[in-house]
Amino acid sequence: MFFEKKHDLIRKLARDFAEKELTNDILDKVEETGEFPKEILDKMAAAGFFGIKIPQSLGGSGADHRSYVLVMEEIARVSGVASVYVSSPNSLGGGPLLLSGTDEQLEKYLKPVITGEKFMAFALTEPGAGSDAGGMQTIAEDKGKYWLLNGRKCFITGAPLADFAVVYAKTDVTKGTKGISAFIVDMKAKGVSTGSHEKKMGVIGCATSDIILEDVKVPKENILGEVNKGFINAMKTLDVGRLGVASQSIGVAQGCLDEAVKFAKERKQFGRPIAKFQAISFMLAEMATKLEAAKLLVYKAAWLMDTKQPASMASSMAKFYAAETCNEIAAKAVQIHGGYGFVKDYKVERMYRDCRVFTIYEGTSQVQQMVISGHLLK
Amino acid sequence: MAVRVIKEKCKGCGKCKKVCPFEAITIENKIAIIGDGCTNCGQCVESCKFDAIEQDKDETKVDLSAYKGVWVFAEQRAGVITPVVIELLGEGRKLADAIGTELCAILCGDDVEKLTKDLIAYGADKVYLAEAPELKDYNTDAYSKVIYDAIDKYKPEVVLYGATHIGRDLAPCLAVKAATGLTADCTVLEIDPEDKKIKQTRPAFGGNLMATIVCPKTRPQMSTVRPGVMAKAEYDKKHKGEVIKLKVKFGKNDIRTKVLEIVKSKGNKVSLTDADVIVAGGLGIGSKDGFKLLKKLADKLGGTIAATRACVDAGWIDHAYQVGQTGTTVKPKIYFACGISGAIQHVAGMQNSDIIIAINKNEAAPIFEVADYGIVGDLHKVIPEILEALK
Amino acid sequence: MKIAVCVKQVPDTTEVRIDPVKGTLIRDGVPSILNPEDANALEAALQLKDKDDKIKVAVITMGPPQAEDMLRECLAMGADEAYLLSDRAFGGADTCATSTTIAAGIKKIGKVDLVLAGRQAIDGDTAQVGPQVAFRLGLPVVTYVEDIEIKGKKAIVKRQLEDGYEMIEAQMPCLLTAIKELNEPRYMTIAGIINAYEKPITVWNHEDVKLDPADCGLNASPTQVFRSFTPPPKGKGEMLSGTPAKMAATLVEKLKEKHAI
Repeated sequence: MFFEKKHDLIRKLARDFAEKELTNDILDKVEETGEFPKEILDKMAAAGFFGIKIPQSLGGSGADHRSYVLVMEEIARVSGVASVYVSSPNSLGGGPLLLSGTDEQLEKYLKPVITGEKFMAFALTEPGAGSDAGGMQTIAEDKGKYWLLNGRKCFITGAPLADFAVVYAKTDVTKGTKGISAFIVDMKAKGVSTGSHEKKMGVIGCATSDIILEDVKVPKENILGEVNKGFINAMKTLDVGRLGVASQSIGVAQGCLDEAVKFAKERKQFGRPIAKFQAISFMLAEMATKLEAAKLLVYKAAWLMDTKQPASMASSMAKFYAAETCNEIAAKAVQIHGGYGFVKDYKVERMYRDCRVFTIYEGTSQVQQMVISGHLLK
Repeated sequence: MAVRVIKEKCKGCGKCKKVCPFEAITIENKIAIIGDGCTNCGQCVESCKFDAIEQDKDETKVDLSAYKGVWVFAEQRAGVITPVVIELLGEGRKLADAIGTELCAILCGDDVEKLTKDLIAYGADKVYLAEAPELKDYNTDAYSKVIYDAIDKYKPEVVLYGATHIGRDLAPCLAVKAATGLTADCTVLEIDPEDKKIKQTRPAFGGNLMATIVCPKTRPQMSTVRPGVMAKAEYDKKHKGEVIKLKVKFGKNDIRTKVLEIVKSKGNKVSLTDADVIVAGGLGIGSKDGFKLLKKLADKLGGTIAATRACVDAGWIDHAYQVGQTGTTVKPKIYFACGISGAIQHVAGMQNSDIIIAINKNEAAPIFEVADYGIVGDLHKVIPEILEALK
Repeated sequence: MKIAVCVKQVPDTTEVRIDPVKGTLIRDGVPSILNPEDANALEAALQLKDKDDKIKVAVITMGPPQAEDMLRECLAMGADEAYLLSDRAFGGADTCATSTTIAAGIKKIGKVDLVLAGRQAIDGDTAQVGPQVAFRLGLPVVTYVEDIEIKGKKAIVKRQLEDGYEMIEAQMPCLLTAIKELNEPRYMTIAGIINAYEKPITVWNHEDVKLDPADCGLNASPTQVFRSFTPPPKGKGEMLSGTPAKMAATLVEKLKEKHAI
């Protein structure tokens, strides 16, 4: 309903890629070592997964939001963490640049992100400013020849791997969200450090840490967009980001459903496959129905964006419902697996942990509910 | 199209659409329409409950009486007859007798006359022999020219080739040259008792469908036959036959490819996913040494060994050999499960194998539920007996 | 230099299932794919193109209009041109008639320096069309190719044999059939997919390629399907009995009966 023929091929590409490259062996190793293989990232870049919506003139693929959703969904269906690597350059990494970058900035920072040569982190969250971005305490002072940044960002996905980060900081402490600006910070610059890696429940294989900024001198030309307009840039980026998490959610949920169906047919108890028991088959029916509903919300949000219609409420609904539903489906998939779902031999164990963060990052379910109700009550 | 829908009888039930292996049928306005993909296979004709589909039986008479004899391509490599040739002579003998004609072999090579004796002993009534330096090793241009000339001159009614890498290269070229049909990889050949035509049955769709093919209007009828399928001919020293030497002459541009070298590889390691035969062991094999016995059986059948996770965890074998949920998923032609109880994690990785043979001491082992053949017994006694029986 | 690659859209036979009750093929939901070994042939052509950007790669297929989807996939992998031979008159063709049509299509494309094809298609497994197209075009052919090197006007190829390989030198133009050992086909790219929908697909019927309907399709097929049937379904397993020697002998006998060994 929301797709064109080219989207079928894009789904096929992403599915083939995920099934062939993201093998059990590799994913188990990622879980063990916490590191994601560079060769796979290179292959993703070569297939164009890192610049899906970016125009071909800027080195991207020139596709649309629906293509982005499909790639995310199919990759997440096999591996949650792999989909984080797809989302990063397309959304939180490349998004702020694409929205506000000058030609020079696009050339210097966006292109290498698309080719996978460089990794760009998105640094908004702070220990005291999660959903409440206006409360951030990182400060950028205008020192004439440069900006001087001080502060601490936390839970920054990919920070330890990043070459650059888009850092949001207060340029006018009197103005709340209207006093925030965005900066491109070189992670190797003097005064930048990352702190220790967080030990996470899931999505293992993409290191997350703090970014600590101590008297970091940022060149004047590295301000991204206008002074005090950083918050708008962050919010617009997160608009697309929500779509990415929603896509991850339907992908992981599909993976869980596939595994649950397969297991229910194979596993025999009391002399027959457990799928023959209504308690199990009805659970599967409910999982499939809710997943379908979630998919339609996500696809519709992407279609609205592609057709340049207002999509803020739709993408919040998609993220809210898909992430919550994914957690529900993953929990049921584990339940169907019984004891086997609690051991690492079976994929649902990992999926169950991976999807837990979906209702939390890039706007919690509650923040999405705020956005949705805000639209209803305005 | 040779399959037609009789519109008045068709109810549009869609049964034909479901059975069509080529997705050639669509239902429009409650009437079945036969599309481009139709190969005249007739599945739909049989499926129709209303006799609404009819199939042309081609009645045109063509005079094919000039064609006589069953020929076998006597493939040789480095002066040694390929084993499938003996199977072809065995099958060819049956066909020739059913038709009431002679069995001939056609042999190409350089200094290979000594092989004609064996071909005759294996049942050939005649051996057509082409010898030239250009024919020493197989070459598509050279072989197809010489054999085509012989076909053109002596007009066989059936030509059989082994479905080897050479037979499957040569036969298609000859079929086009002789403007006749060819059926690849046959597993069953039979002569229609009425019209003496050959019916060739072969697997298609990855073995999910069997098709019987005929070649009604042109001669010779050609088939390539899968090695190992037909029974070998008996060696009979007393059988008499005649050797007919073919004249061989090549023009300047007749041969456009040149074999630079032929390299034999030594027993390559077979990967689990590509292996046709897998002999897998579980904890029931007793120890690391158990794999030696399994390896013997695997080598004998040209396959590879594999293991359950328990064996890998016990350090008996490398993870690369593990079949199952956390290992490799396999689909060989034959899977031997030796001393494997059949835990769900293992079964998930091998249940789609064509033939599963379970050998286990415990007759209640779940592995027997997925097995095609179950043997309750000690694998250390059973496997040596299987090796013996395979000799 | 121009390379023509013969491709075929096939049902993914690994996804085909047999209805356990009726014993018929279940085709619903079986995806149509680019025949795997044809993908190897295309990859070989694209690798040559990677080394020399003057090379143009044209893909050609015979099939129903839906085969366009597969041709788009080939374009998305990097092919330059796509040709679809589609006509009711081509329907019902066996390998012999198929090769006539494809050869006519390649002639119409124009001067071609190399023709590549997959060794065989997974729905028929015949391996006949490649060599037959070569014959109709008057080209030398090498089948089962697992390595290709172009040296001037010659192709040096490695041809797989059951027990090793042979190195063959073939005069160009020639036709080579690819096996999976030849290479690892590349993925499409997203940009490639977007651009593939901007490129034309040339569709030809029998008149376009100057073929008489009597020379193509079912009319020109020497072989006919007499009947087709699904092999008897796999029944419940059988427990063998007797002494180990007896059971072993029975087993070997059964395996031979099924032509498994």
